[in-house]
Amino acid sequence: MEAWKGFKNGKWKQEIDVRDFIQTNYTPYEGDGSFLEDATDRTKKLWLKISELLKEEHKNGILDAETKIPSSITAYSAGYIDKELEIIKGLQTDKPLKRAIMPFGGLRVVKKALESYGYTLAKETEEIFSKYRKTHNNGVFDAYNSEIKKARHSGIITGLPDAYGRGRIIGDYRRVPLYGVNKLIEEKQHELEIFNPPEYDSETITVREQISEGIKSLKELIELGNIYDCDLTRPAENAKEAIQWLYLAFLGAVREQDGAAMSLGRTSTFLDIYIERDLENGTIDEKKAQELMDDFVIKLRIIRFLRTPEYNALFSGDPTWVTESIGGMGIDGRTLVTKSSFRMLNTLNTLGPAPEPNMTVLWSTRLPKGFKDFCCETSINTSSVQYENDDLMLPYWGDDYAIACCVSAMRIGKQMQFFGARANLAKALLYAINGGRDEKTGEQVAPRFEPITSEYLDYDEVMEKYKQVLEWLSGIYMNSLNIIHFMHDKYNYEKLQMALHDREILRTQACGIAGLSVAADSLSAIKNAKVKVIRDETGLAVDYEIEGDYPAFGNNDDSVDDIAYLIVKIFMEKLKNRLPYRNSKTTLSILTITSNVVYGKKTGSTPDGRKSGEPFAPGANPMHGRDKKGALASLSSVAKLPYEYSQDGISYTFSIIPGALGKNMSERKSNLSGMMDGFFSQSGHHLNINVFDRETLIDAMDHPEKYPQLTVRVSGYAVNFIKLTKEQQLDVINRTFHEVF
Amino acid sequence: MSDTARIHSIETLGTVDGPGIRYIIFFQGCPLRCKYCHNPDTWDIKKGNIYTLDKLFSDIEKYTGYMKYSGGGITASGGEPLLQTDFCLKLFKKCRKNGINTALDTSGNIFSDKQKELLKYTDLVLLDIKAFNPETFKSLTGRELNPTLEFEEYINKENIPVWIRFVLVPGLTDNEDDIKKMAEYLSSLSNVKRVDVLPFHKMGEYKWKELRYEYVLYDTKAPTAYAVKNVKNIFSSFGLYAP
Repeated sequence: MEAWKGFKNGKWKQEIDVRDFIQTNYTPYEGDGSFLEDATDRTKKLWLKISELLKEEHKNGILDAETKIPSSITAYSAGYIDKELEIIKGLQTDKPLKRAIMPFGGLRVVKKALESYGYTLAKETEEIFSKYRKTHNNGVFDAYNSEIKKARHSGIITGLPDAYGRGRIIGDYRRVPLYGVNKLIEEKQHELEIFNPPEYDSETITVREQISEGIKSLKELIELGNIYDCDLTRPAENAKEAIQWLYLAFLGAVREQDGAAMSLGRTSTFLDIYIERDLENGTIDEKKAQELMDDFVIKLRIIRFLRTPEYNALFSGDPTWVTESIGGMGIDGRTLVTKSSFRMLNTLNTLGPAPEPNMTVLWSTRLPKGFKDFCCETSINTSSVQYENDDLMLPYWGDDYAIACCVSAMRIGKQMQFFGARANLAKALLYAINGGRDEKTGEQVAPRFEPITSEYLDYDEVMEKYKQVLEWLSGIYMNSLNIIHFMHDKYNYEKLQMALHDREILRTQACGIAGLSVAADSLSAIKNAKVKVIRDETGLAVDYEIEGDYPAFGNNDDSVDDIAYLIVKIFMEKLKNRLPYRNSKTTLSILTITSNVVYGKKTGSTPDGRKSGEPFAPGANPMHGRDKKGALASLSSVAKLPYEYSQDGISYTFSIIPGALGKNMSERKSNLSGMMDGFFSQSGHHLNINVFDRETLIDAMDHPEKYPQLTVRVSGYAVNFIKLTKEQQLDVINRTFHEVF
Repeated sequence: MSDTARIHSIETLGTVDGPGIRYIIFFQGCPLRCKYCHNPDTWDIKKGNIYTLDKLFSDIEKYTGYMKYSGGGITASGGEPLLQTDFCLKLFKKCRKNGINTALDTSGNIFSDKQKELLKYTDLVLLDIKAFNPETFKSLTGRELNPTLEFEEYINKENIPVWIRFVLVPGLTDNEDDIKKMAEYLSSLSNVKRVDVLPFHKMGEYKWKELRYEYVLYDTKAPTAYAVKNVKNIFSSFGLYAP
């Protein structure tokens, strides 16, 4: 076959097995970035066009929106930025940056979002989705009980995907260029034929229906190809086609779903095999190779979903989490870094910094030095890269996993998750003190139990009640997730993404926690200092006074770091006792996205001295200003948190001024690289790296027009700084900056 | 008392006081009273937190991974670590035994046999020469220049590598002739690996206010980037490495 000419044989020819194809055919690259080329004039011209559109978009919030036809793989006709200039084709709708509507998740959100930008949903569409077609959101609220609704309202569980697409599912988009869609349909038809147990229970029926849905969506994907004159039925025959096919598969997914995170997977090393083949044949040169990558990335940068302004405020801007995982090591000890790992990262230079795609380097201490240096230099220049510990994850997930969203690792095409947002463990601690009443409203949210009435808090007493609250919380949390994912499967199933998976997959029920450092510091204060309770006239504890000092999380001090560890372990063990949806495996993340600001707003004063309404630290970060021994102490505290009990990821966001990394670029690169080797060899899981001066950010607040591309890493992803709310901008600025003088 | 030390603070991510990532121990206490000091809170030897050698060393050990990967180590800084030479000696001996690189960040203004013993276990000296003109030195620090030069001569003889630090303060240490003389002197030595020109900055000013010490540099501005570059060029023109 022409498409596979020159590729080495392997199991991948008999089975759908992209990993095997990569392992038998890729060329590891141990050198540095000196081979890279700059953007071509064509790329610059196209990017300039996009930049103009982005400016317009920023002014109005959105550039344009569909008001009638719900999105689907084939809903809209072909659209272009500039047909002549574009190499990789395909847009979500018929115009660049025009937002589609996806009412299957929930109609109200679509309506509200449209209205807040001055658009009106077509009557007909509204009627269909209120009269004839039920949504995921409707389904969930039919099944929620009053206790869940109360917990949701008070913010002890929050961010639940009950009105929007759950996301965090990565289709193995690489299968489309490698095999062509016809072959994939054949496989699914075969699956359907052989999956035929003697008795049909509801799971069997669900699986059979879902396979059939998948086949239909693959057929629609062929149609999408036709819209852009691409014959997706057959495998891709060269690098340009490989990128185009892969992108169209991803485009199909984002036309069908507006999941919270629509991640791309681990594509650069896969694509490198095609690029290397073309380079060898002499059909492209390095300039062209970079151009292809640039064009691909331009497309990924303009993926958009229609969200309400509140949603954007919660998640800081307009994130889509098109996460691309880069680098890492193979099980056989060879690095998975290829020249295209460089080319992918190099788009941050050729096109300038940007929050999307969410560039995620899978770091191993064994990565080639040239690549480490290039990553560090790119980080220092653009603050647009995040790092996750490949040495830690490889034993769990093998060497063909990717990160979904921010920190969630999954084997590509073999694993998915039921995204579960997070529980507020700082608030839970206050419930322990207040006998299940909410500290803000006084409402009885958890079942009533004896509140603590002593003037000073006693560690053992608080801890015992805390465990009790966590026991209750794990129960309603798990029930609400079960409802959500049952209904999501029923009313908003990810047909195409799941059709790009094996039939037998690992499903995880991905719970999460927020407010870890607040809870740990509070317990440390109760244990090591004296914490006096201030109560209102109804006996509700509303504030605390601390007498004396206490060790705070972030100083590499076991006496409090152990408490943080314990909280994670206790909550995970309680969740493990609960029955998760669809036989899935329960996992946990310590990740807040940027909602640490909003969670803080909804949480009263805490015994660590944090005042009511003040932000939490993001993810697993120590609280601002409490880490007194410098960045490594802070990193080390976070590295102690057990991945074993939070296999959905532990997020740490790190900001440093350039001068604190060394005197010049070569020192900075080398120190940053050494810092990451140190952190990851301590079993740290994730690191967001920001390198900029506080003054730059302050200036960007005052003069956003000067910084259209200023990118800031937040919690597991990156945002455009000027798109943050004023409050979030201040939070970023006030967050611990590591500076030495 | 040499098993305990008074320590002002710890910085675990030190990247500008010696090569690689360094664990910096800011010792409490300093005999100098430099007008531009940005850490006057380290002067008073009676303040600070008390650390035992074991407590400090077990904390240092937590970071050996970072040191290994970055080619770093520890740096004894301050204040003036030489005010607590006995403790430093024990610390450095222990580091040497455990393969941890040691740097001593000092003004070199305290110099006797005790310090010579410490230098046996020192891999790198960061020598802060406040001014090369003896009178300027005196008026700036309140002490004599000579011990610092004796210190430098000794480590030169012993072949201990040194990074020279020089703080450029407009109107105070920016006399070009003095700087040239210093550069000439340094270029005659064989152990000078590098000269760091550190621009005076205002970020320590608030500490003077808090401590109610009399500060005379409120009106002094940080040197311009041009002025700093110019001074670096002077050092470079004498064959010294001044990045």
